[in-house]
Amino acid sequence: MQPEVLSITINGKPLSVPAGTSVAAAMLMAGEPCRHSVTGEPRAPLCGMGICMECRVTVNGLPHQRSCQLLCASGMEVVTE
Amino acid sequence: MSAHFDIFVAGAGPGGIAAAVTAAESGKRVCLLDANPTPGGQIWRGLRLETARNYPHGAEFAAWQSRLAASSVEILPNTQVVDQAAPNRLRVELESGSETQTTDIEFNRLILATGARERFLPFPGWTLPGVMGAGGAQALVKSGLDPRGKRVVLAGTGPLLLAVAASFARAGAKIEGIFEQAPLSRLASFALRTMLTHPGKFTEGARYRLKTLSAAYRCNSWVKRAEGRGRVESVTVTIAGKERTIPCDWLACAWHLVPNLDLPRLIGCKIDSGYVAVDALQQSSIPNVFCIGELTGIGGLEKALIEGQIAGHAAANREAEARALAPHRRSQQNFAQQLDQTFALRPELRTLPTGQTIVCRCEDVRHSALAACTSWRQAKLHTRCGMGPCQGRICGPAAEFLYNWQSADSRPPIFPARVSTLAASADEASAGQITQCPTASR
Repeated sequence: MQPEVLSITINGKPLSVPAGTSVAAAMLMAGEPCRHSVTGEPRAPLCGMGICMECRVTVNGLPHQRSCQLLCASGMEVVTE
Repeated sequence: MSAHFDIFVAGAGPGGIAAAVTAAESGKRVCLLDANPTPGGQIWRGLRLETARNYPHGAEFAAWQSRLAASSVEILPNTQVVDQAAPNRLRVELESGSETQTTDIEFNRLILATGARERFLPFPGWTLPGVMGAGGAQALVKSGLDPRGKRVVLAGTGPLLLAVAASFARAGAKIEGIFEQAPLSRLASFALRTMLTHPGKFTEGARYRLKTLSAAYRCNSWVKRAEGRGRVESVTVTIAGKERTIPCDWLACAWHLVPNLDLPRLIGCKIDSGYVAVDALQQSSIPNVFCIGELTGIGGLEKALIEGQIAGHAAANREAEARALAPHRRSQQNFAQQLDQTFALRPELRTLPTGQTIVCRCEDVRHSALAACTSWRQAKLHTRCGMGPCQGRICGPAAEFLYNWQSADSRPPIFPARVSTLAASADEASAGQITQCPTASR
């Protein structure tokens, strides 16, 4: 059985991922940083377990979502912070 | 909203599941809470009953997951403890969809199974996208990250390096090298002792190595720096004194684990040499508060399962059953001590950061700024180190290692909380329900 495929957008660009993919995994596969640090460095997931807060993204307009703790949902709009 | 239980278990990894199931099977009303959507913790993350047997530790997962499903344990997923509202009452935030609810859980007995997180050490380039914790990288792969064709370097220390390398290789990544900082002599004696005392674990390690034979495994070697534009493109390691630069897509680092002590500290449990001090029944210095698994010593799955069962029995007043498991516990505690000794960090790792290297990633505080401080408190006040969203969970253990500071403190809320949650606490205080913050009096 093929896994269900979901469509999301990352910084406006469409991406298809299998159902069950976390937003953090999707960001890494898209090669997009999750956030920019206070001095402007690009940052991506580090701990993968909801602790380091490096994977914060804006999801459907809601800022500071930990992308490693969040699963992709159809139509989700994810934006780098 | 609030609820009352005989036993409240915080953390649904293997230890928390074993504790909750054991207590519930004795007829107690048990609640099992976890921040993640499903029970299993880190080691069992993403496993499903149907396919679990194909994975390492899948058999244990299947057995405990089945017992959990058949038990009366009430599971509270997507939930984070933020404060101790009163003795025997914890304040939690529940996420459901985009909604966050605040509620209090009351209990007679508390079992803490909050596990461990990875220790991170700063080195030049460690903030580049693509540099991850080894356990973190594995968690990301379990949640859909596709490693096929990716060139992965693993560096750091401990059995996690091999385990993660094996799971990456199995998922189709190209392992470009495994670099273990511990010296060969310590590894050899560890391997020999493990073979004699814990043959199952030895076989597991050997199996991981067999799966990664095409990649070099070097001891006495560690990462010096990562480089790249906008993401990691290469890693320079030192191998027995010689530097080598390896192109890669991802660098997975493992510097052993540190226990998540925020909740035990908040409640006031005595900490001894970095772990919660417990008696033979896993009870901490606070009566009716039990601590298990990585909180009492980094030992992995088997130790967590045994200690979880001991705490589950003890919390359900079945002391004889709890004491019957003592020999197993002793054996697992010995293994935990051997891990700590074998994979102790070498002093050279303190020299990795340059002045420009960021130590606190939340606030971008650099090594040069911190080296000018004399304590964790001074660093916080002068540089904002440890005061960002992770609240020192990443830079705290790093600063302990680099500067010999004690970063230990725990204040409510122990996790970033909604303003509405804080407002609820404030309302209670002004209504006279709480006259004094219960955790501020220590």
